[in-house]
Amino acid sequence: MNQWLNFTKGFIRENPVFTLLLGLCPALAVTSSAFNGLGMGIATTFVLMSSNMVVSVIKNYIPDKVRIPSFIVIIASFVTIVELVMQAYAPSLFKALGIFIPLIVVNCLVLGRAEGFASKNSFVSALIDGLGMGLGFTFALTLLGAIREMLGSGSLFGYTLVSGDMILVFILQPGAFIVLGYLVAMFNKIKKSA
Amino acid sequence: MEYFVIIISAIFVSNIVLAQFLGICPFLGVSNKVDTAVGMSFAVLFVMTLATLVTWLIYHYVLAPFQITFLQTISFILVIASLVQMVEIILKKISPPLYQALGIYLPLITTNCAVMGVALLTIGKDFNFLEAIVFAISNAIGFGLAMTLFAGLREHLDLMEVPAGMRGVPIALVTAGILAMAFMGFTGLV
Repeated sequence: MNQWLNFTKGFIRENPVFTLLLGLCPALAVTSSAFNGLGMGIATTFVLMSSNMVVSVIKNYIPDKVRIPSFIVIIASFVTIVELVMQAYAPSLFKALGIFIPLIVVNCLVLGRAEGFASKNSFVSALIDGLGMGLGFTFALTLLGAIREMLGSGSLFGYTLVSGDMILVFILQPGAFIVLGYLVAMFNKIKKSA
Repeated sequence: MEYFVIIISAIFVSNIVLAQFLGICPFLGVSNKVDTAVGMSFAVLFVMTLATLVTWLIYHYVLAPFQITFLQTISFILVIASLVQMVEIILKKISPPLYQALGIYLPLITTNCAVMGVALLTIGKDFNFLEAIVFAISNAIGFGLAMTLFAGLREHLDLMEVPAGMRGVPIALVTAGILAMAFMGFTGLV
């Protein structure tokens, strides 16, 4: 049961984007469509889960003083793996996400979980935490992308729902801030009533 | 003339925060007061320029000649992290007043994606050395401009009657959206 709570906390109670406000740069930048949001979410989930696992395994061997740089190197290695794999197998998504793939390295969410959770917990807990938090992040990005895509271009995952002119501002930069603002307000409300 | 285009487009047209979504964390985190926003902007100006300079040299004289550009991400983040540490130590030693002013912002800058983002963008745009420095400085000014404007707006926002559910972060995000809309007016300027 405890592990189940550990897994589900990332969706609403401790949702990285809507409640912890971590990793907002990619959340705002790549969510002009639901598919891009999903792709970014999966890439981040992989990095988060892998770095959490490695950090929890070697936590006892890292001297306390060089803790943060070592975490950064671990995270950067996994980001490089994602970068190369994506470039090879999903080149169009890689192009759409642009510099935000290498920028997973500086996503405060990943370093935050490594430092705040994985460096203090067992391998299994860290793995589940990474997976749960990552999926929570994916959920947030996909939701944000879906809303913006529906309002801005009248489609969802590329399938046209409404044809004709839509509210273009939602797939442009201002729309990202505004939709996120309302979603944060909504999640605050849900969290309070839950 | 070319430099003029780089400067105007980095500050206004594709503003690093409002159009490219880099450095959102400090943009939302330390923009409660104009003073702190200005302090943070100067720290970013300092680190961003240095980091771009060093990463440009590393890319063009180490990574590219040895054809190990796939190590770009890992080497850039290490360079930026150690650079921030070094700047902190040097400032503490040679200029205590400046350290007092910028000190608390420096550790935050390591995980500021704006610094890493500009370093990566510089490589992507294939700038020469001088263009890279101009690009970094203008992006830092753009960051400072967005930060200061937003901090000013938030100071006023504190005095407004905001609906209960929207208080705090939600209304700040909506305000940022409207500010981004204003900056979209610069599109097509260059």
